[in-house]
Amino acid sequence: MLSLRHIAKTYPGARALRGVELELRAGEVHALLGENGAGKSTLIKIASGVVAPDPGAEIRLGGEQVTDATPRRMQELGLAVVYQNPTLFSELSVAENLCLGEDGPVISWRARAERARASLARVGADFDVERPAGGLRMAEKQLLEIARALSRRARVLILDEPTASLAQGDADRLLDLVEKLRAEGVAILYITHRLEEVLRIADRFTVLRDGAWIGVYPRAEVDRARLIRLMAGRELAELFPKAGAELGEVALETRGLGHGPSGLRDISLTVRRGEILGLAGLVGAGRTELARVLFGLAPATEGEILVGGRPARIREVGDALALGLAYVPEDRKEHGVVEALPLVENISLAVLRRLGGVWLDETAEEKLATGLAARLGVKAASIHVAAGTLSGGNQQKVALARWLATEPRVLILDEPTQGIDVGAKAEIHRLMGQLVREGLAIILISSELPELLGLADRIAVLRGGRLAGVLPAGEATREAVLHLAMEGAET
Amino acid sequence: MKDWVKKHPREAALLGAIAVLFLLPLGGVDGFYTAGNLRNLAIDNLPVLLAAAGMTVVIVAGQIDISIGSQFVAGGIAAGLLARSGLPMPAVALATLGLGALFGAANGLLVTVARIPAIIATLATMVLLRNGVLRATGGDWIQGLPSGFQWFGLAPASAPLVYLAGAGLVFAAAAWALRHTTAGRAFYAVGCDHEASRRVGLNPERRVVAAFAVLGVATAAAALLNYTRYPTIETNGGLGFELKVIAAVVVGGTAITGGRGSLIGTFLGVILLGSIGTVFTFLHVNPAWEKAIQGAILLVAVVADTAFGRRREGTSP
Repeated sequence: MLSLRHIAKTYPGARALRGVELELRAGEVHALLGENGAGKSTLIKIASGVVAPDPGAEIRLGGEQVTDATPRRMQELGLAVVYQNPTLFSELSVAENLCLGEDGPVISWRARAERARASLARVGADFDVERPAGGLRMAEKQLLEIARALSRRARVLILDEPTASLAQGDADRLLDLVEKLRAEGVAILYITHRLEEVLRIADRFTVLRDGAWIGVYPRAEVDRARLIRLMAGRELAELFPKAGAELGEVALETRGLGHGPSGLRDISLTVRRGEILGLAGLVGAGRTELARVLFGLAPATEGEILVGGRPARIREVGDALALGLAYVPEDRKEHGVVEALPLVENISLAVLRRLGGVWLDETAEEKLATGLAARLGVKAASIHVAAGTLSGGNQQKVALARWLATEPRVLILDEPTQGIDVGAKAEIHRLMGQLVREGLAIILISSELPELLGLADRIAVLRGGRLAGVLPAGEATREAVLHLAMEGAET
Repeated sequence: MKDWVKKHPREAALLGAIAVLFLLPLGGVDGFYTAGNLRNLAIDNLPVLLAAAGMTVVIVAGQIDISIGSQFVAGGIAAGLLARSGLPMPAVALATLGLGALFGAANGLLVTVARIPAIIATLATMVLLRNGVLRATGGDWIQGLPSGFQWFGLAPASAPLVYLAGAGLVFAAAAWALRHTTAGRAFYAVGCDHEASRRVGLNPERRVVAAFAVLGVATAAAALLNYTRYPTIETNGGLGFELKVIAAVVVGGTAITGGRGSLIGTFLGVILLGSIGTVFTFLHVNPAWEKAIQGAILLVAVVADTAFGRRREGTSP
C-alpha cells in the first residue's frame, strides 16, 4: 500500500534520517520502533506530506508514485495519521470534527449527525455527537480521531503512540480495534514504546536508530530482548544499576508532616546522603503532593522538616532552594523545560542569581551549561537550540541539568523516566547512581515498580495521603509494595 | 425552551439583560417608545452591527483587527471623493466595498505571509491609514457632495427603513452562512486549531486572509451606511469604532481565543451595548455611567467566558 524508499532528511545542523525504507502492506500491522530521537516522528511527517524529504526519495501510495506530497494530497490518496495528542477541534462538536470539510458547500446538520454516528459505530464508540470534542476523555478522543480517519476512506492508518495516555482497559479496547481494522484490510503503521503491545499485534517490525534504518523483521524472528537490542544498538544487561554508595548522615527528615488541602497527613521519613529513597503509591496517594510540600510549592500545614539535622522553615520555593533542595517535576512539558528557550538558558534558569549580580555573566552561563550537558550526555546540535526541539529523553536530561546546576543536597525526582526510551532511561539511572556516590540524597517518585525495586535503598509506600510503610531494599518485592499501597482495611 | 437556555446560556443572559434594559423606560418616561426614537436608535447602531458581523468572523478565526476605525473613515472619505468626482452611486458603493476588501486582505497578508501577530499588524495599519487619510484630505471635511450621495438619493423619510431592511437581510444571510456552509465553518476550525485544520486539508492561511477581507468589506459597508446619512464627511470619524465593535462581539459570546461564537450572539451584544446610552439619556442618568456600565458588562462577559471555558476543559479545581 505504502512504500517509502531512500528517505533522508537533513535539518540545518542535524541529520534526522538517512537511507530509510518502509513498506506497508494492506491488512498488516507494521510496528515502527526506535528510541526517542531515532527519527520516527520525522518519518511519519514525511509519509503524511507535512515535511518534504531530501531529494532522491521515492514515495508510493496505492501503487501511485507521489512526487508532490502535501497533507491534502496524501489524505486524498487514503493516508491518515492519528497523533499521540489528538489534533481535534476542541470547541467544535464531535459531529463537526468528523465531518469537517466533507460536506458540499451547504451543511445539513441532520445528515452530519447521522454520518457521525455511523462513523463512531465503526470504531465501536457511541457518544453524543453534539458535545464539544474538548470535553471527551482521552480514549474517546483517540477513537474519534480514528473514526475520522476511517470516514475519509483511509487505506493506510498511521497510529503514533495511540495508547501512551490511555489506561490499560482503554488501551486493550484500542488494540482490539486495530486488529479488527487489519481484518478489514487497512494497512496500519503502529508506533509505540510499549513493546508488549506490538509483540501482541504487529506482523512486522521496522527498527530505526539514530536516524538510520536498521532493518525490517517478521514477528517470528523477534522477541522483546532482540527488539531492545536492535533499538539500543547495545546490550542493556543491567537496566537498573544498584547505586552501591555509602550512606552518610541524614540529609532530610520529616516529622509528622502534613498538608491539609491535599489530604497529606503524618508523614515521618528520613533520607540519608548517598541514599535513594523510593516513593511508591497509587495515583492520588500523595507522592507528588509530598514532593510539593518539601519543595515549598504547597507549604506544610502541620509537622516539621529538618534539613541536615536542623529544623527548616520551607514556606516557598526560595526557602527550599536555599536549603539545597531541588525538585524535577513530573510533567516535562508543563513544568520541566521551557520549550521555546535554548538549552543554555533552560539549564541556567534556576541559578541566574548566582551567575553574576546585576549583569548576567554569559561566559559563566555557557560554561555551566556546556559542562552539565556533556556530563548528562544531552544529545543536541548545540547548547543554543531550543529545548522544545529535543527528544523526550534529552529534554528530561535538560530538566535534570537545571537542578543539578543548583548543586543540591537533596534531589527529588518525580517520574524521571516516564515516556522516555530505554537508552535514555538507562543513562538517567546510571546518572542517579553516580549522584548518590557523590553524596547526594535522592527521593525518587516512580509509578514503575521495577525501577523503584532496582534503584531504591528503601521504599516508602504512601496510601491515601499517609505513610503505609517503609521497606528496605532487601524486603521490598513487587508483592510487598503493592500490598502496602492497596491494602485498605485499616487506616 | 429550557433546553435552548441550557445550550445557549450566553444568548439567554443577553436576552434577559436586554429585556430589563428596555423595561426601564416603561416607568413613566415619555418619548422612548416612539417610532422616531426607535428608528434612530436602530439606524445609529447599524454600522456597528455590520462591522461586528465581520469582526465575529475574524475573531472566530482566531485573529483580531483593530484597524477598522481607520478603515471606516477611509471608506467614508473614499466614497465621498468618488461621488464628488461624478461616479454614479452604485459604482461608488462597489468601489468602496472593493477598497474595503483590499484593506482587509492587506491585513490578512501581513498576518499570514509576513507572520506579524494580528494585533501588531493591524495597529500599524490603523496608524498608517489614519495618517494617510489626514495627509490626503489635509484634515478638511469633505463637502460639496452631489445630492444623490445623501441616502443614496432615496427619500429621507423612507431611506432609513430601506437601510434597516437591507442591513438586516445581509446580516441574517451572513448568520446563516457562518453556521451552515462549509466555508463558514472553516473559520471556526482554523480559529480552533491552526495546525489541526491544516491536517484536515483546509488552508488556514487562505482562510485567515478571507476572514480579514470579509471584515474589510463589512467595514466598508458600515461606512457607506453611516456617511451617506450626512451632507458632509468628517475626516476624524471612526475613532474608537474598533473598540465598540470588538466589545459587542465579545459580549455576544465569541471567544477571544477563537473557534467559538455566533452572529446571533453578536446581534444581541450590539443591541445591549448600543441601547444603554439612549435608555440612560431618557432616564436622565448621568451619561458618564454609560461607559462604566458598558465596561462592567464586558468584564462580566469575559469572566463568564473564561470560567465557562475552564469548566469545559475540565481543569477547574
